[in-house]
Amino acid sequence: MITLSDIIGDTDRRWPRVEVTQDVWEFARTQLAERKWDLIAHWGEPGAVHLALREHGSGTTGILSLDASRGSFPSLGRDCLPARRLERAISDVVGLVPDEAPDTRPWLDHGRWTVRHPQGTPEQPAGPQRYEFLPVEGESLHQIPVGPVHAGIIEPGHFRFTCSGETVVRLEARLGYVHKGIEALIAGAPLEHAAKLAARTSGDTTVAYSTAFALAVETACAAEVPARALYLRAIMLELERIANHFGDVGAICNDAAFSLMLANCGVVREQVLRAAHAAFGHRLMMDRVIPGGVATDLAPTGQREIEKLLKKIRKAFPAIVALYEDTASLQDRTVRTGMLRHDLAMEFGAGGFIGRASGRSFDTRKVLPWAPYDTLSFETPLLQRGDVDARIRIRIAEIEQSCALLRQLLDTLPSGPILSEVVPRAAEGTAMVEGFRGDIFVWLRVNGDGSLARCHLRDPSWFQWPLLEAAIDGNIVADFPLCNKSFNCSYSGHDL
Amino acid sequence: MSDLTVQILQAVLALALAPLLTGMVRKTKASLQRRCGASIFQPYRDIARLMRKEAVVSHDASWIFPAAPTFILAATWVAAALVPMFAFANGLSSAADFIVIIGLLASTRFALALAGLDIGTSFGGLGSSREMLFATVAEPAILMLIFALSLICGTTRLVDIAGFIQGTQVAPHISLLLAFAGLAMLAVVENGRIPVDNPATHLELTMVHEAMVLEYSGRHLAQIELAASLKLLFYVSLISAVFLPWGIAPAGASLGQIALGLIVYLFKLAVAAKLLAFFEISIAKMRVFRVPQFTGVALMLGLLAVILLLVSRSF
Repeated sequence: MITLSDIIGDTDRRWPRVEVTQDVWEFARTQLAERKWDLIAHWGEPGAVHLALREHGSGTTGILSLDASRGSFPSLGRDCLPARRLERAISDVVGLVPDEAPDTRPWLDHGRWTVRHPQGTPEQPAGPQRYEFLPVEGESLHQIPVGPVHAGIIEPGHFRFTCSGETVVRLEARLGYVHKGIEALIAGAPLEHAAKLAARTSGDTTVAYSTAFALAVETACAAEVPARALYLRAIMLELERIANHFGDVGAICNDAAFSLMLANCGVVREQVLRAAHAAFGHRLMMDRVIPGGVATDLAPTGQREIEKLLKKIRKAFPAIVALYEDTASLQDRTVRTGMLRHDLAMEFGAGGFIGRASGRSFDTRKVLPWAPYDTLSFETPLLQRGDVDARIRIRIAEIEQSCALLRQLLDTLPSGPILSEVVPRAAEGTAMVEGFRGDIFVWLRVNGDGSLARCHLRDPSWFQWPLLEAAIDGNIVADFPLCNKSFNCSYSGHDL
Repeated sequence: MSDLTVQILQAVLALALAPLLTGMVRKTKASLQRRCGASIFQPYRDIARLMRKEAVVSHDASWIFPAAPTFILAATWVAAALVPMFAFANGLSSAADFIVIIGLLASTRFALALAGLDIGTSFGGLGSSREMLFATVAEPAILMLIFALSLICGTTRLVDIAGFIQGTQVAPHISLLLAFAGLAMLAVVENGRIPVDNPATHLELTMVHEAMVLEYSGRHLAQIELAASLKLLFYVSLISAVFLPWGIAPAGASLGQIALGLIVYLFKLAVAAKLLAFFEISIAKMRVFRVPQFTGVALMLGLLAVILLLVSRSF
């Protein structure tokens, strides 16, 4: 029985990267198919494809790289569903073709980019092509195309519903409308600029992206980060989580036309953002986490502001939870709506509240902890039912945990410097951070002159969008907004 | 004042006050959500703005699509004008038959559903199909409720029903109460309010009324919006005229009596706006397939009211 650690050999690094042969790659495919290993990320660069994996049981993590200088690589998507869209993205962005891929349609590239394969050998674009949605056959089925332009001000994405009356038979999403070319922009950019670009991958989870990027750079350059900076990063990350979870709980209920909840949660979210502004000088704390530490220290009144915020939340929170639990008409909408099966959550390695509401307990802060989370005590809430209600309850429980974490962090906040110098060296770094949506994976290669050679940012939504299509199955069309909001996947982070 | 003057005054005021009622509901909802909200006169500004804007019509639209808003507004306006608001006018009372009024509203629904289908977008079809799903139960329910009222009052003429209840001081009648509850429920369904439909939503897939009118713009949309406001005013006027007719000036009343009637009527509108806003804010929208059950309750209330009347007569 060959394990992942047999392949990667002895190392004390968390994410060692090894070049493997085609046989090992095929072996990895069988392991993924048998669900012995989890797919963490899958990306390409000219001449090579990379595969980040985590072994069940032992928890070993590592990256396998396969030479693809012939322009193609063996497809994993044949047996591993979560790899399919990633392979299509590799094909669009780098131009490497997955051999025998079950789905050869483009994914991110809609033929409207100025170049094809922006991260590989740039070519003239072929122009917009007709996109074939998966065929659906049956009597009296009708299609409802929704988006990418919506009636409300939300991010763009196209959803193709095939319905029998009001019941959804199949949903297929088409994404890529907000592709910004962040990875291509980062390649060659100086470190400081690259950090800003990475922070803008998905604006609502900017602290998590900045933290993941910073950790990856620090791993690559073997930089020591002051303890105070690590604590301040964690404080910002938990503030971001609380703000987003409150926003989500309100927005989900608002999609069931229960606007009172949105109003109540909106007030608390605003208080969190104001406290963040008072403590760190920016409501969303954008660009506050940088490689080497943090850009701004806690404001003199910052600690008191956050403590005041925690008191306010403690006062308002029980009433909000009670309002949710005691409104029968709301419960009627959320309970048993948009059920996500446990085995699908496991198969796709769904992170965040989506996985945890369907019985997958993965939390990067617990499983692959980074400082200071390895010394903090908190729990990862877990539910089994996988419906909209469960996803709301996981968020509620996570808000409680995050408040407890903030208290611990503030009580033990060390003093000292907040930034240390990062001496660039030619090396690679990898990091994984638990954002509010789930695990964000970052891999990068730094040049000796302090610029970035390559960077790959993998949003948790890559493994959550496909599950939305499964969760809506058999529900009615009118319940889609509720399910979609309970998933709240990122368009921007996914389209990159 | 002459009957005709009162009738014209009522018709003009119905049109003039309808956006105000919508504005009051929105303002109350906003303040319940701890928002300032727009002024109660905002719907007037919206309609004025839409009237100035260009009306875009799809290439695929037939004559039905641009014609429907005018028809819907006209029919709703006539229906609203026939309900005694603050004074009894006999000018058109022979036409003000309950069944005529319901017929007018049913034809507006038909026109709107047709317009929704006409342009051939998926949302229009979705909205029309849901609207018809609701209507299949809502229309029998409203007829059943009218039968109950007619049996109590011995007429289907709205003016006479209101006059009967105002004049004879009927004691709280169980059938009357059942009809009141049923009509209030139907008012929610017919006006597309929460928990049946959300007039403020931006989520295309959950819309009913809004889905049918999604493609309208400019003056067409202004007419549709005005008609929606008028329909709400119609139901408030109807419920207050039939169940709370006190304060409505009698036929041939003096100017002072009419002025008093108008003040009472405005007060009723304000109370209705507050009650509707409170109700909407305290409940989530129900699943689409649950709406026929909700409407079915109104139908059963109507049926019960009729049966109770027949049973009590036979003794």
